[in-house]
Amino acid sequence: MGEIWTTYGFPGVIIVAQILAVTVPLLIAVAYMVYAERKVLAMMQLRQGPNLVGPWGLLQSFADALKMIGKEMIIPAGANRVVFIFAPVLTMVLALVAWAVIPFDLGWVIADINVGILYLFAISSLGVYGIIMAGWASNSKYAFLGSLRSAAQMVSYEVSIGLVIITVLLCVGSLNLTDIIVAQSGAGGFWGWFFVPLFPMFVIFFISALAETNRAPFDLPEGESELVGGFHTEYSGMTFGLFFLGEYANMILMSAMTTVLFLGGWLPPLEMAPFTWIPGPVWFVLKIAFCLFVFIWVRATLPRYRYDQLMRLGWKVFLPFSLIWVVLTAGVLVAFGWLPD
Amino acid sequence: MSNPLLIEYLPIIIFLAIAVGIASAMLIASLLVAKQNPDSEKLSAYECGFEPFADARSKFDVRFYLVAILFIIFDLEVAFLFPWAVALGDIGMFGFWSMMIFLGILTIGFIYEWKKGALEWE
Repeated sequence: MGEIWTTYGFPGVIIVAQILAVTVPLLIAVAYMVYAERKVLAMMQLRQGPNLVGPWGLLQSFADALKMIGKEMIIPAGANRVVFIFAPVLTMVLALVAWAVIPFDLGWVIADINVGILYLFAISSLGVYGIIMAGWASNSKYAFLGSLRSAAQMVSYEVSIGLVIITVLLCVGSLNLTDIIVAQSGAGGFWGWFFVPLFPMFVIFFISALAETNRAPFDLPEGESELVGGFHTEYSGMTFGLFFLGEYANMILMSAMTTVLFLGGWLPPLEMAPFTWIPGPVWFVLKIAFCLFVFIWVRATLPRYRYDQLMRLGWKVFLPFSLIWVVLTAGVLVAFGWLPD
Repeated sequence: MSNPLLIEYLPIIIFLAIAVGIASAMLIASLLVAKQNPDSEKLSAYECGFEPFADARSKFDVRFYLVAILFIIFDLEVAFLFPWAVALGDIGMFGFWSMMIFLGILTIGFIYEWKKGALEWE
């Protein structure tokens, strides 16, 4: 009995504790992301934003969550009930499980698998299923059109995200996320991070991340002036809440991916005294917060794209451009013998 | 329990179970707390005040289908590029030029579909 505990029980408890140590802060981060978004948008529009629930409105998101739990869960009569319920659960689950491979510091990772970036790519691709299932199961015209648009948009930008990841992999020679960050530490400062040599790819990745998460200016799937609520028109109460949580968790995930691939993960911007005192996970969170701020900033600044503009940007600009950069990066690395072993 | 490669994936399975648990717990909590009071108007699909007069699962634009097919081609290409990018240091010039020829053929296809207007939306 004791042996079973030491071989299986104890490591199991550690794994569960690690998972909760990531998931619980993540859910709280989602709550404060919503608050931060409303507050930053308000400030950019010279408004107050939420300021009544708790000091400076800090408890607003929790009040919203409680309200959401108390709301009736409406399942439309024509809907396919099982798929209708399963879609938001799937979206939420995918937004959470991707965090299993994100390294917060050297060795601070739940599952240090050697195909980490492939796992992230796969999980973020699966996100399309949640949306397609929601749109189809709702049996509503708005939801159906919204999900079609959303799926087409997500798969279009996924291609360029894939090619951008390839350029980073060429410079690293490994699919492991920890290796990707360690490969950026050589230069001793922020000029060694991949956003410097691969700057155009960094920009493309970030814009594609906006499109992947259906954020402004690419929020056509829920363009309220034409499609009401897009794929989640028919959702209410906690089923909608799960989509909402999943969407924000995905935004944080995409920011974390940007941080890992281009902004040096947990590395301090300069390898010298005042910066190295701050622990790595703090730098990691700060960089994620910066990316999220840019997400909100873009939403406050740019008007929505038209659908044909969106598809043109994805297929006729980003795809050829990132393909050329893959060839260019590989060519330069091979020609100068800079390839990693 | 002996293969170390598979042990690495164990936390992901546990994470999956916990994530499903969290998501279901939220739904079930809501079902328990909230008062369910459905009526036929509330349960009809939203259609700007109309009664929905047809099934929503109707025909849709073929271009969505076209995008899906193009996606498959390019995503497959990305799937081929992943191992190539990781192993480029080991496979040398032969590996490099093989992939360049592959990408060249793919680019010809891409130019063809562009000229055919498969990427046009209006």
